[in-house]
Amino acid sequence: MTVEKVLEFSDVVIVYDNFPAVAGATFSVNAGEIVLLQGANGAGKTTLLRACAGLLPIARGSANVLGCDLRLDRLAVRSRVGLLGHANGLFQDLTVLENMLFWSRLVGATRNDVDQAMDAMGLSGRLSETQVAKLSAGQRRRCALASLIVRRAQLWLLDEPHAGLDAQGRDELDRTLRAARDAGATVIFASHEIERASALATRSLVVASGTVKPA
Amino acid sequence: MLSQSAPKFSSTGTQATRIVGVLTIVVMTWVVISGLVFTPADVVQGESVRIMYVHVPSAWIAYLAFIVTAIASAFYIFAKRHSLGFDRVAGASAEVGVMFMVITLVTGSLWGRLTWGEFWQWDPRLTTTAFLLVTYIGYLAVRRLDGSIEQRARRSAVIALLAVLEIPLVHFSVVFWRSLHQRATILDPNGDVKMDGLMLFTLFSGVVGFTLVFVWLILHRQRTMLLSDLANQSGLDAAILARQNESVSN
Amino acid sequence: MKKTVKKTGRSRVASAVFIKDLRIEARSRVVTNQVLPFAGLIMVMFAFALDNDDVLQRVAGGLIWLATIFSLFIIVQRSFAIDTSDSALDSLRVAGIDLSAVFLGKSIALSLQLIALDVVLIAAAFLLYQVQVSVIGLVLLVTCVICATTGLGFVGTLYGGLTAGTNGRETLLPLLLLPVVAPVLIAATRATEAAFGSGGAAISEGWAWVGLLAIFAAVFGVGGSLAFGPLIDE
Repeated sequence: MTVEKVLEFSDVVIVYDNFPAVAGATFSVNAGEIVLLQGANGAGKTTLLRACAGLLPIARGSANVLGCDLRLDRLAVRSRVGLLGHANGLFQDLTVLENMLFWSRLVGATRNDVDQAMDAMGLSGRLSETQVAKLSAGQRRRCALASLIVRRAQLWLLDEPHAGLDAQGRDELDRTLRAARDAGATVIFASHEIERASALATRSLVVASGTVKPA
Repeated sequence: MLSQSAPKFSSTGTQATRIVGVLTIVVMTWVVISGLVFTPADVVQGESVRIMYVHVPSAWIAYLAFIVTAIASAFYIFAKRHSLGFDRVAGASAEVGVMFMVITLVTGSLWGRLTWGEFWQWDPRLTTTAFLLVTYIGYLAVRRLDGSIEQRARRSAVIALLAVLEIPLVHFSVVFWRSLHQRATILDPNGDVKMDGLMLFTLFSGVVGFTLVFVWLILHRQRTMLLSDLANQSGLDAAILARQNESVSN
Repeated sequence: MKKTVKKTGRSRVASAVFIKDLRIEARSRVVTNQVLPFAGLIMVMFAFALDNDDVLQRVAGGLIWLATIFSLFIIVQRSFAIDTSDSALDSLRVAGIDLSAVFLGKSIALSLQLIALDVVLIAAAFLLYQVQVSVIGLVLLVTCVICATTGLGFVGTLYGGLTAGTNGRETLLPLLLLPVVAPVLIAATRATEAAFGSGGAAISEGWAWVGLLAIFAAVFGVGGSLAFGPLIDE
């Protein structure tokens, strides 16, 4: 039985501002996994996630994501992964619904997809007509996640997705990630909340000083 | 691509640069002596005509430098393998070009002061040259933006190619602007000079000599750029090791 | 989940970006409340400084376009502040959105804001400087404004995208943009003077300048669509 490998990194070095933030990372992720990246601040988790999304050049080693060689073509992978970093990528002056409709128009999703995603993240009703600038941090996070759902990414890359969410929001997030996995997506996420995150994850990896080891 | 080994040379000089350097000294010595002593003063312009021996060659080099930058940038962008060598040549050429552009403008306005009585005229050639200077100062500023070497190379190559679109538009609009309002009231910079054989030969030697200076500077400059890129690279090897050892000691 | 999102058409992306930018401006009113008064003030200050109706009529065209270009710097920075404040531009890049479509959408939105600005500036020239215009002159003026703002929208978006999020963008943007927009300043000023009949300029002279503005817009429209992606990508 062969398992489809979604991601395969071998001795990857990523240089950011002349600093090797990732210094020889080797790991792979199979389809349908929910992988947790643990590690201290500055260990290289964020850089690793951004590189998986094809945003950063690979200085050395080989990196393959969803069948695309990141050394040769970083652009090809982008429309198929969804990255949620520390910023939410929302427009502050637009309402939640307008932000969602903007994204749906870009990726060719239907209004129905948008409504479903907003329902899933508890953003329908009064909240949908609220400007993003007036939302709480947790509500913004949910809005950003909803736009990932609309994008139908095959590989979800989430940097500290639990940060800023209340207990209810965290439960919703966990449910959303499991639902995404059940729908065929693969999830890699970084988190400091080991207990909650370990319960969610199917496997944990430790990122330390720019390298990756099994937990 | 940079080689991963440590640089094998300790200076930017090579056999080639030494030959070019010696040739440069010989030709430039001849230009200086001939331009200042052997050639006669002009009937109309007097001694000020001697500025021409610096001004015309440096203007030629300035434009040549920007053509080299544009061509090297095009090679970087369109070649299958994005060779950073082209980027270094483009950057070195733009730096040298900016210097010669400044020399051109300074000698031009000194000559203008003596001939027209004014340092500056809104002459199409002068105006275009000034805009070209600002454009390439902008190009050099873009090269200094944060980012990786590849990012620097791609951004600056795109900017250099955009400048190729921009300069003809600037030149055409300035020519068009002046021609509608005042028709050639100023002296053509060289048209009035009756050149004898020696003057022409000295001017020609100046062009050759300055071109040699240009080649010599480019060869050295792109090699210093290579050295500094290599230094970063070897720093990287050490930094990767240090980063990995961090994790061992933890 | 094997159903991959299909590539969306360029015009669809461009129109989404265009509507988004204009909607945000309609709601935040940064250009309306800050740039318009700034540009209007430039016109008033020149009236004080020159204090001579003949001179003002003569230079009205130049002042309108100088004020437009100074305002361009502010509008461009605002246009990209929208996209970089919460890294939305990053999200667009990660999602693999066609960046040339983003370029077109942002450029046209920028041009429309500039047109609105120029309408106010030209009205100010009529009120403050007593310039006059014939019907044919008005046709020339409208064509000139459309061509000039289209070109400015393209170059503004192109270089604004490059400097967005970099250190020292406030000074780098004018350094890069000023030499590029020089042809627009010259051509639009001459065409506007022809339309106003300033200094006895004939209207027919203006059309040649409008032609130059159209060439400029076409060159940077094509060049910008090709260059925008490589410029802003990491």
